[in-house]
Amino acid sequence: MSTTQNHTLNSITQDQVYQTTIPGASHWSTMIRKGTQLRLKDIEGGANVGMLFFNPYQLSEKYNAPDTLKCQHTFKLTKGHCLYSEMGRIFCSVIDDSFGWHETMCGTSHPEHITEKWGQRDYQNHQNNWQQNGFDGFLVELAKYDLYKQDLCSNVNWFSEVSADVEGKLALTRTSQAGDEVVLRFEMDTLVVLHTCPHPLSEVNEYPNKPVAITLTQAEAMMQDDECLNHCSENRRGFENNALYHFGL
Amino acid sequence: MIKESQLKAKDAYFSESVDAGDYFIYQISAGDTIRIVDTEGNQAADTLFYNANDVSERYSAMDTIREQGALYLTCDSMLKTNLNQDMLEIVADTCGRHDTVGGACATESNTVRYDLEKRCMHACRDSWMLAIQENEMYGLTKSDITHNINFFMNVPVTQEGKLTFEDGISAPGKYVELKAKMDTLVLISNCPQLNNPCNGYNPTPIEVLVWS
Repeated sequence: MSTTQNHTLNSITQDQVYQTTIPGASHWSTMIRKGTQLRLKDIEGGANVGMLFFNPYQLSEKYNAPDTLKCQHTFKLTKGHCLYSEMGRIFCSVIDDSFGWHETMCGTSHPEHITEKWGQRDYQNHQNNWQQNGFDGFLVELAKYDLYKQDLCSNVNWFSEVSADVEGKLALTRTSQAGDEVVLRFEMDTLVVLHTCPHPLSEVNEYPNKPVAITLTQAEAMMQDDECLNHCSENRRGFENNALYHFGL
Repeated sequence: MIKESQLKAKDAYFSESVDAGDYFIYQISAGDTIRIVDTEGNQAADTLFYNANDVSERYSAMDTIREQGALYLTCDSMLKTNLNQDMLEIVADTCGRHDTVGGACATESNTVRYDLEKRCMHACRDSWMLAIQENEMYGLTKSDITHNINFFMNVPVTQEGKLTFEDGISAPGKYVELKAKMDTLVLISNCPQLNNPCNGYNPTPIEVLVWS
């Protein structure tokens, strides 16, 4: 296996590590298996990572933001939370987080958001520094799995805090600093689709072309005192659903 | 925002009562106005909308709340599609606030929220699953059953980022009225949930009226 500046792969199974950097304005997808840990790091500050989750064996099972939020009585995602599918199962747990508030109800940037704020996407002149939008990024990745716009539902926007005032008025109140990290532990085999395009509520002056570092490693086994397992009785039942799903394996 | 309608029930070209635990599916035309009435109060009407000419375009909770910059739906809210297009506008509302963050109840989410042994209690998503099976002519599949509106439901988000389910602010006879910007397929589950106060632990009928 080749090793490049951005990308190393250790072939020793026990200590498998995969590291890569996803440039800003980009999209990617990969299969992440149960027991794998995914660390996302905002390298320069101000990054946004849009992310979708699917069951690779039954692609109609996907991340469901309302089910995730209501069973944990939360509007934000942070350490201790689990990300659920509409089948009552947990794709992954947030086992560490230096940022504290990731949002999941504002969707993703459409082409018109980007054009209006920063001008048209233009590969001819900007090549891969073009101003990609999250919606098209997702559509391109989804089509690789025979998934289409009707399969695109809620996504997580890692590193973007969106809060509501008492009347429900929303604002992008904070973005991450250089070095902020969030760590996910996968609880079932999952197809992860992601982009590094701007949050749709971003108002910064220049198109935020922000890279994100990704590290995949083997996760430590979940212990009985695990923070995500014990976050609420709902999560205990979610893990019971996962145990049933893996029954006999 | 509370705003009463000027439309008279006797002028509606369509009206139907929908019992709790049933689904309602009906196509309206661009320019039509649809009213959903919380007949007996404290009843959640879990609602999805589709572009009747291409159901892959549908109501999107995320696009709607982002574009209006606010979480709750009420008069003047423009409902957006997954392609970020205008779909329906709320033109009258005597309830004042409707939820689109909490999603619908499902037998699967009931196992997480309440008890694994409650997996067989009737739920909104089961009503929708039956609706897509019984109405093949619309071409709806499971992938089209996504994040809905909960008319008459109150799900406040705190400034600290907590999600709370409050007692309904609806009451007998309260209604919401929407004007369609495109030919729209309406799919409602009149919620059968018995495990929380969203229906006051007593699911009751709603009424649907349509004016051209």
